[in-house]
Amino acid sequence: MAVRPEPFGALLYHFGTRRLSFLKDVTVLTVVRSLAEHPSARSACESAGVTAGALPAYQRALATLAGSEMIHERVTR
Amino acid sequence: MTGAPLPLVEQFQHGLDAPICLTWELTYACNLSCVHCLSSSGRRDPGELSTAECKALIDELERMQVFYVNIGGGEPTVRPDFWELIDYAVAHRVGVKFSTNGVKITPEVAGRLAGSDYVDVQISLDGATEPVNDAVRGPGSYRMAIRAMRSLAAAGCRDFKLSVVVTRQNAGQLDQFAALAREYGAQLRLTRLRPAGRGASVWHELHPTAAQQRALYDWLVAHGENVLTGDSFFHLAGYGQALPGLNLCGAGRVVCLIDPVGDVYACPFAIHDSFLAGNVRADGGFAGVWRESELFADLRRPQSGGACASCSAFDACRGGCMAAKFFTGLPLDGPDPECVLGHGETALTAAAAVTPPLPSPDHSRRRPPVPVSIGRRRPPDRACDTDPLAGFTAGAG
Repeated sequence: MAVRPEPFGALLYHFGTRRLSFLKDVTVLTVVRSLAEHPSARSACESAGVTAGALPAYQRALATLAGSEMIHERVTR
Repeated sequence: MTGAPLPLVEQFQHGLDAPICLTWELTYACNLSCVHCLSSSGRRDPGELSTAECKALIDELERMQVFYVNIGGGEPTVRPDFWELIDYAVAHRVGVKFSTNGVKITPEVAGRLAGSDYVDVQISLDGATEPVNDAVRGPGSYRMAIRAMRSLAAAGCRDFKLSVVVTRQNAGQLDQFAALAREYGAQLRLTRLRPAGRGASVWHELHPTAAQQRALYDWLVAHGENVLTGDSFFHLAGYGQALPGLNLCGAGRVVCLIDPVGDVYACPFAIHDSFLAGNVRADGGFAGVWRESELFADLRRPQSGGACASCSAFDACRGGCMAAKFFTGLPLDGPDPECVLGHGETALTAAAAVTPPLPSPDHSRRRPPVPVSIGRRRPPDRACDTDPLAGFTAGAG
């Protein structure tokens, strides 16, 4: 997976599935990049400054990314 | 930063810091002489980029985070360093999709390709039957492509692409192409015939009729994302529902072409001085051309719809393909020659007195193509005529 920052957010490319995705704002990019450092997606969103009212939209965006295998659930060891 | 962010398509029309992907023609040498070749290929250009220059370019593409390159030619696999360059690109996180007529896809090569997760192969075939294909791509080319597909399938290559340029002669064979792709475990890819390269001189006889174009659109809508199109039929969005993809002309904005000698053109269908942005051998390299060329800056400025601006379909088709207009002698701010509302035909009639620009440069062979047959001996007639079988002597050594 490659993440390329762009003025509008970022382009994501999955080398395995050859899928190109778009992050349409910079905040989603921040959330995606910090997912690994947070215990939950909600915590990553809150830390990136996503307000409670905007959470559902971010939840949908992350679900879409998970659906196209751009992000995946953490494997617990 | 002012105001709300632009919609994504508009962002793309203003250009990106680096292409998403680009087409890289590795060589103009080709064992075939297809009548519609976009790059007028045949003979190797003696000035083509060396292995070291190609690797330096891949390094630069890696730094710019170009996600993948569509490698073509000519026939790219006839370059002796082809596999070395593919391996180098993949190792540097530049994905590779390459187009081939199948000449070098032996069972051994197929086995190697089956083992690589990051290389996509596209086998070109322009007829679902031998006579239809060979009339355009030359005698023996159908069997060569089928042999390559058989090798890929036998080696366990999944989802390689069967790549077809839709013409008047094969537009009725779409179901047959789909069946062929299924038979070999391939994915079908249909692309638009462009009047570029040698294609400019046969376009009027080869491009689909208006009725065929409508049937093609309906077929593509019915098959959805199962059939790839490389976004090449965005002018058909004028019929109504857009086809999957970005549906915009990405020339110089999100894509471009690098030719074998390092010249950078706005798109693969626009090999002409008018669309030449620079050369990767210049001081600034490829990034310098992409970011600073005046031509690309022009393409990234808001375009006027010209004669199309008042058309209800303009938001959908955006006036169609720049290269298709250019090489048929139409104004760039007017309708596409294959405008689905028929404005192209009117424009072509009006432009009939205009001599369309000639594609440049021409690497066509000076003699008629010779059918490929294993074991033939045909020494190169010039040092730069790199036929893949040049120097091959059956039974020697």
